[in-house]
Amino acid sequence: MSEVILEIDAVVKRFGDNEVLRGISLNLHRHEVVCLIGASGSGKSTLLRCVNLLETIDGGTITLFGQSLTDVRIDPDKVRRHTGMVFQSFNLFPHLSVLENVLVGPVRALKRKRSDVIDEALQLLERIGLRNRADEYPDRLSGGQQQRVAIVRSLAMRPALLLLDEVTSALDPSLVGEVLDLLRDLAHTGTTMLIATHEMNFARDVAQKVAYLDGGILVEQGTPEEIFSNPQHESTRLFLERVR
Amino acid sequence: MVDDTDITLSDETPSFFAPRRKQFLLGRRAVVASVVSTTLIIGGLVAAFYLAPGGAIVRHDFFNPHDMWESLVGNHHKSLNSVGLGLLINIRVFLIAEVFILTFGLTLAWTRMTKSPVLMPFRILAVIYSDIFRGIPVLLVFLLIGYGVPGLQLGFISNQSPEVYSCVALILTYSAYVAEVFRAGIFSVPHGQILAARSLGLTNATTMRRVILPQAVRTVVPPLLNDFISLQKDTALLSVLGVIEAVQAGTIFQDAKFNSSGLVVASILFLVMTIPLTRVTDGLIARDRNRRLASS
Repeated sequence: MSEVILEIDAVVKRFGDNEVLRGISLNLHRHEVVCLIGASGSGKSTLLRCVNLLETIDGGTITLFGQSLTDVRIDPDKVRRHTGMVFQSFNLFPHLSVLENVLVGPVRALKRKRSDVIDEALQLLERIGLRNRADEYPDRLSGGQQQRVAIVRSLAMRPALLLLDEVTSALDPSLVGEVLDLLRDLAHTGTTMLIATHEMNFARDVAQKVAYLDGGILVEQGTPEEIFSNPQHESTRLFLERVR
Repeated sequence: MVDDTDITLSDETPSFFAPRRKQFLLGRRAVVASVVSTTLIIGGLVAAFYLAPGGAIVRHDFFNPHDMWESLVGNHHKSLNSVGLGLLINIRVFLIAEVFILTFGLTLAWTRMTKSPVLMPFRILAVIYSDIFRGIPVLLVFLLIGYGVPGLQLGFISNQSPEVYSCVALILTYSAYVAEVFRAGIFSVPHGQILAARSLGLTNATTMRRVILPQAVRTVVPPLLNDFISLQKDTALLSVLGVIEAVQAGTIFQDAKFNSSGLVVASILFLVMTIPLTRVTDGLIARDRNRRLASS
């Protein structure tokens, strides 16, 4: 297997008295897709946010490309430029057109020239079939289209890995498919992804590794086959029964 | 899951008709009712004004056409200042103060929200500042600056005209309010927007400039215009420092001719100045509300 790019080691996160992550350890290899599953509040989203430094951890270490993210010399902006994040609620910028949404990262964060990026941006929109909507504003698009634009907005930064936080949970059931198809497509082209999801079938299809979280603890991890067909822990079994 | 409680849905057939008392004011009768009540109230107010025991005297003292005209244009020979020309000073002070208030207000808001450790003392000062200047009546700020600063004998700073001190007093007071308006606008942008911007690797400053401020402006404009309407009116306070603006010109006229028509003229001029801005503000608020209703 290829090199490990992200090592999460015994990570602890507290919000006041509430311990949300209780010593989570997980590795991610290049070109690997890892799905985090578990009930709401189990710590999946928090874990993703910690990797993207949107939250600071209270214990343990997160190492990205051999550099510890808790080192005070780390520039969070640089870390975030290499770790794309997609949110449940899309969070497209409503005052910018679809194209501008895709351009804003490369132009404003990477300081690349607009004219150099514009073709790439249009290609990305082409890839999700929304090139003809490039000049429209996000509120004219359906939820599924908005979320696909949000994914492409992250991709435009050419991140080393993509963090996806329940990206289909806010969508109408009829729109979930188009977003999952895009993620499948990304997985097949070797995009490294850490995905928090409630879509078990998707996780089974796409992930090389599935990790089950419960109450801030990583109960077990393994191949989709191991987790879904032969879970070792009682709580994993119960969870899978409930969501089935 | 069925519970063993006594609460079940109703089997009765409900009636939806309004009670008789309410039915009376429905349909065409509603229009008639509103016309009648409007005529009664407005007519009553006008009648009270005309029939009051001192009505004739007040009409002569406040609404005398000849005196109103004379106070509006002024009378050089009787050294009566023109209320109309006085208003130009109000307008000038308003326009100049406005620019400084916007700049200073945004700076204050930004200072209060920045997280840079170096700016810590300024952050504390900004909080104290906004507490002080939102707490002291504007009139007192005028008096303290207008009489206090010249007393300091600080050369250039102490040798300014009352008009300049008035401007400074307005800027100091209104910046505190405007800063709060800016802050509220910035806080009104959903947190997800900030998360999305930061996760793209945009710096704090770029996020503010490219993501937060453009969205905050829309929420900020109506309350900002409201503040400017009161700013326009508060330029009347220039009179306490002896600047001969509209109100002061009216008072001079009143003292000289024992007639208050100049004050009414000043009021009318202030209305002419503020009403356009008031209408624009209400229009923007309505438009914003409609847009929000349409999108939800």
